[in-house]
Amino acid sequence: MLPTYSDSACCGATPAEAPEPIPRLDQGFVVGSISTPVGSVPRVSSELQWRDRWGAFKARWGVGRMDYAIDPGLYALGNPDRESPVLVSANYKMSFDRLRSALSGRDVWVLALDTKGINVWCAAGKGTFGTEELVKRIDTSGLKEIVDHRSMILPQLGAPGVAAHTTKKLSGFGVRYGPIKVEDLPAYIDAGFKATSIMRLKTFPLKERAALIPIELVETIKPTLIIVPVLFLLGGIGGPAGFWANALHEGSFAVLAFLSAIVGGAVIHPLLLPYLPGRAFSAKGLVLGAVVATIMLFLQGYDLSIWAGRLGSLAWLLIIPAVTAYLAMNFTGASTYTSLSGVNKEMRWALPLEIGMGGGGLLIWVASRLIA
Amino acid sequence: MNRLTYLKNVVTLKLDEGKCTGCGMCLEVCPHEVFKMNTRHAEIRDRDACMECGACSRNCPFDAITVQTGVGCAAAVINAMLGRTDQPCCGPIDCGDSSVASKEKGCCG
Repeated sequence: MLPTYSDSACCGATPAEAPEPIPRLDQGFVVGSISTPVGSVPRVSSELQWRDRWGAFKARWGVGRMDYAIDPGLYALGNPDRESPVLVSANYKMSFDRLRSALSGRDVWVLALDTKGINVWCAAGKGTFGTEELVKRIDTSGLKEIVDHRSMILPQLGAPGVAAHTTKKLSGFGVRYGPIKVEDLPAYIDAGFKATSIMRLKTFPLKERAALIPIELVETIKPTLIIVPVLFLLGGIGGPAGFWANALHEGSFAVLAFLSAIVGGAVIHPLLLPYLPGRAFSAKGLVLGAVVATIMLFLQGYDLSIWAGRLGSLAWLLIIPAVTAYLAMNFTGASTYTSLSGVNKEMRWALPLEIGMGGGGLLIWVASRLIA
Repeated sequence: MNRLTYLKNVVTLKLDEGKCTGCGMCLEVCPHEVFKMNTRHAEIRDRDACMECGACSRNCPFDAITVQTGVGCAAAVINAMLGRTDQPCCGPIDCGDSSVASKEKGCCG
C-alpha cells in the first residue's frame, strides 16, 4: 500500500482540520519510532523496499505521481540524537526516498516540508518549498526541543524558494545549502558542510534525460489517440484505389510518419540534446525532424517524377519536423537550464512556425492525395 | 562534461555591485556558476548560463540582485495562453530533478 495522503490535511471532508505536527507511524515505509520530547517521531531506514522502487517506477510513467506524497513533518533516519544534522526535503516520496537511500549508515533528522507531493526544485520555483513553510514546519515539528544546535541543511535546489537570512531571523535556525545531488551529501557532511564547485553545478546528463522519456511519451498519448484515426481516414481520401485500400496504404504510412515524429521529439531529442545543432530546442527539433522525415520518405518511396509524389514528400517534410519541434520545445520545461525569458523568445517564432508547418503540410498532403 | 547553454542575451539578471558586500551567497546557491567573486564583490561571469530561477536574488541579504523569475517551460506558457489556470505548472516538467512531479494536485491547488 502506498501511503494515502488524500485523507489528510487538504483533501479531507473537513477542510478546517489542522495538520498533524507528527507524521503518522503507519505509513508503509516507516520502520519504527523514536522517542523525543515532543512525542514519537517515525523512524525510517535508508534501505528502499521493492514497493518504494515500484512506486518510483510508476511515478516515472505518470501513474499515481500526483499522490506520491508522504506526511510532512519530522522523521528520524537511523538513530539521530540532539547533535545530529537536520536535513530538509520535500514531501514528494521520490525525493524523500532518494535522500534516505543516499544516507546509508548515517543518523540524521529529516524535515519534510509540505510541498503537496512535488519535488524540491519545482516546489521551490512555486514557493511551496519556501521560507514561510519552512519556518512554520520548524515550529510545528518541535525541532527546537529535539535538537540542541540551530542549523539545517537544505538542498541547494531549494534556494529559489527559501531566503536563508530571513529563515534565520524568523526561526533562529541557520540554513546551509547542501549539494545538488543527494549522492554528494555524505562527502559534503564529512567535509564539514563544504560543497565543491562541481557539487553546486546542475548538469543534465544522459541518465537524467533518459529518465524523462517515459513521462514525455505518456504526455503524447491523448493527442495521439485523436490524431492517429484522423490521419488513417484522411489517407483514404482521393488516391488511385478505393477508400479502404488507400487508407490501408497511405493512411498507415501517415500514422507511422506521425509516430516517428513523436519518437523523434520525445525519445531521440532528449537523448541527443547536447549534440543537436542550435540553442533553441525548436531548432534542434526541426533539424532532427528533417532527418526523421527524410528516412520515412525514403522508406515510403513516393514517386518524385509526378506532382502527387512531390507534394506528398513536401507535406511530410513539413509535418514531421513541425511535430518534432513542438515536442522538443515542450522539453524546455523538463530541462535544467532554460530561462523563462529565453522560452518566451523561442516561442514567439517557433510556435507560429510549428502550427504553420503542421497545418500547411496537412493541407498539401490532402491535396496530393486528391491529384494522385 | 560539456555545459549546455540556452539562448544568448535574453536573461533579465542584474547585479548592483554598489549594494553587493561580497558575502558570496549567490555563488553558493547558483546552479549554473553564473557568478564569480572578484576582490571586493561578486560579478556576473556568464549571464547566458542563468536560468532565472531566482535563488540568488532571494538569498541575497542586501537586495543587490534582481531577476524576473519564472520557470522556463513552454507547456506552462501555452497553458497560460489558453487560460488554463488550473494547470499552473507545466505538464511533464520535471525541473530535471530526476523526480517527476509538478502538476498541482487538483484538490489542493
